[in-house]
Amino acid sequence: MKKLLFGTRDKSGFLASFATYTLLISIGFIYVYPVLYMLATSFMNPSDLLDSSTKWIPSTLHIKNYADALATMDYIPSLLKNIHIALWPTLCQLVVTSMAGYAFARYEFPLKKLWLAILIFIIVIPPQITMIPTYIIYSSLKLTGNIQAFIVPALLGQGFRSSIFILIFFNFHKQIPQALIDAAEIDGAGHIRSFFRIAVPLSLPAIVVAAIFSFVWYWNETYLVNLYLGFNNSRANGGLTTLLLELQRFQSSYESIYSGWELSPNRLNEALRMAGTMLAIAPVMALYAVLQKQFVESVDRSGITGE
Amino acid sequence: MKKRRLSKRTLRNWLYAYMFLAPWIIGVLVLVVYPLINSFNFSLNTVRMMPKGMLLMPVGFKNYHDLFVVDTTFLQALIGFAVRTVPEVAIITTFSLVISIMLNQKIKARGFFRSIFFLPVIIATGPVMNELVSQGAATVPIVNAQAIAEAVSFLPVWVSDPIVDMFSSLILILWNSGVQILIFLAALQKVSPALYEAAKIDGGSGWECFWKITMPSIRPMILLNAIYTVIWLATGGQNEIIDLIYDNMFASSRGYGYASAQAWTYSVAILLMLGLFWRLLRVPPDKSDKIERKKRERLRKRARK
Repeated sequence: MKKLLFGTRDKSGFLASFATYTLLISIGFIYVYPVLYMLATSFMNPSDLLDSSTKWIPSTLHIKNYADALATMDYIPSLLKNIHIALWPTLCQLVVTSMAGYAFARYEFPLKKLWLAILIFIIVIPPQITMIPTYIIYSSLKLTGNIQAFIVPALLGQGFRSSIFILIFFNFHKQIPQALIDAAEIDGAGHIRSFFRIAVPLSLPAIVVAAIFSFVWYWNETYLVNLYLGFNNSRANGGLTTLLLELQRFQSSYESIYSGWELSPNRLNEALRMAGTMLAIAPVMALYAVLQKQFVESVDRSGITGE
Repeated sequence: MKKRRLSKRTLRNWLYAYMFLAPWIIGVLVLVVYPLINSFNFSLNTVRMMPKGMLLMPVGFKNYHDLFVVDTTFLQALIGFAVRTVPEVAIITTFSLVISIMLNQKIKARGFFRSIFFLPVIIATGPVMNELVSQGAATVPIVNAQAIAEAVSFLPVWVSDPIVDMFSSLILILWNSGVQILIFLAALQKVSPALYEAAKIDGGSGWECFWKITMPSIRPMILLNAIYTVIWLATGGQNEIIDLIYDNMFASSRGYGYASAQAWTYSVAILLMLGLFWRLLRVPPDKSDKIERKKRERLRKRARK
């Protein structure tokens, strides 16, 4: 009995594992608490919000919140524009960063140490330092206000967090045996061919990890999107937008659609805002539900902990 | 000495290496090195936007002087940021270490828990966090913010405010630890089980095993996670300093020059913070290594005689 409760040297006892599970479950609950709160609130009708006895379970499923939020955010067009903004830079970034990672892993060349040091340095310096001059470069090249402001840096390996992806590819290509490349060379493949035919297919897991992270990070970026799309960019003149930008301007969009209703029961309430937030995070939540395993294993793959 | 000549093959390798790197190197020069120099230059000037282009008026260190002496909002925000970030990093790192140790035990549904702890990395972004904070969904219901506010009221405002803020958004702070948990977990799984078995045979308790085996093996990861957390907090999420810089960029009274000075000050502050954590958490070079090296040198000297 005592053994069962307190365990032995080899096996942890019931009490210890009970404590672990309790802790994990309660911390897990704290973790998802904001999301649950958001979900519950988003279905409440105005009287539920005022009634302090309905804290968690709304009296009716007030779907109208979602309908209003969809209209306020102009959801489907915004969603498509957001995919546009996240997808193309991700693809460009993947090509360039995997090439750079491959070069670092496969070749010995002069100044290699210097370039690697620069790579690390770029991760550490805050992007705010370079933000202003790059903005000036882009605006003088007339890149701001459209997708090119994201594609051009991605093509030059300076997209959003590109350095981290170079590190991931560097580490992954290092683990591919040199013998494979040598064998290809003996069979007459050139450098470029052995990269595309051997290194790229073998690094598929790294590509998947980099692709989903890059996509999500572009999706979630708001500071740069705000800056590069510019101030006079708005839905009215058909500019690009992201769902998170729409969430930021939720209040003003709502007021412009339903103007003059400030005193009516339909004014902007927190249930509506929560519905908007839910809608803004819904696409990445769906992506996470499908690709969970890839996300979670990414850290192992990146080899950040050293082999 | 034999003269080494570079073979054709080596030269070709160099060529291809640089070919693969070319886009990135151009990017480094155009989008990192040049902007760095440029923004430092801006910070020493007053930049006016003219119809024909920019006009730079050199003012020396006036922007920096204004920043520290005249315009106090930025300095206050910066101090607030530092006062908040240092304990936050400590909390996040410790918390993720504890969670990862629990997850590393033989438990069921490890994958499920991992997914939950990683979820915020995907959904926690500036606007979402702002909505949650404004709705009060970010507080652990048990924590009484009022009591904490009273408990720290003896401190000056610029210290106590960040602390109260911190407790009122405790969940969101914990939300920042998804990646760190995974890093620790990956490191923990690399510790060889043979070490623990050997320790157990010698009669080591769980507590001793933790301090003598686990801690030394994941020590470098603690530093890595602290650095990661600082960078993560400094560049993303809800950061009022970035907003300030951003506002000043387009404000007619301030402009690019002043904003650049702010960006540089902010970056130096972040680098200082990184340096602080590096100093605190780095793995000190092994003493036995040093002794060994000295011994070898002494032997070599003797041999020469």
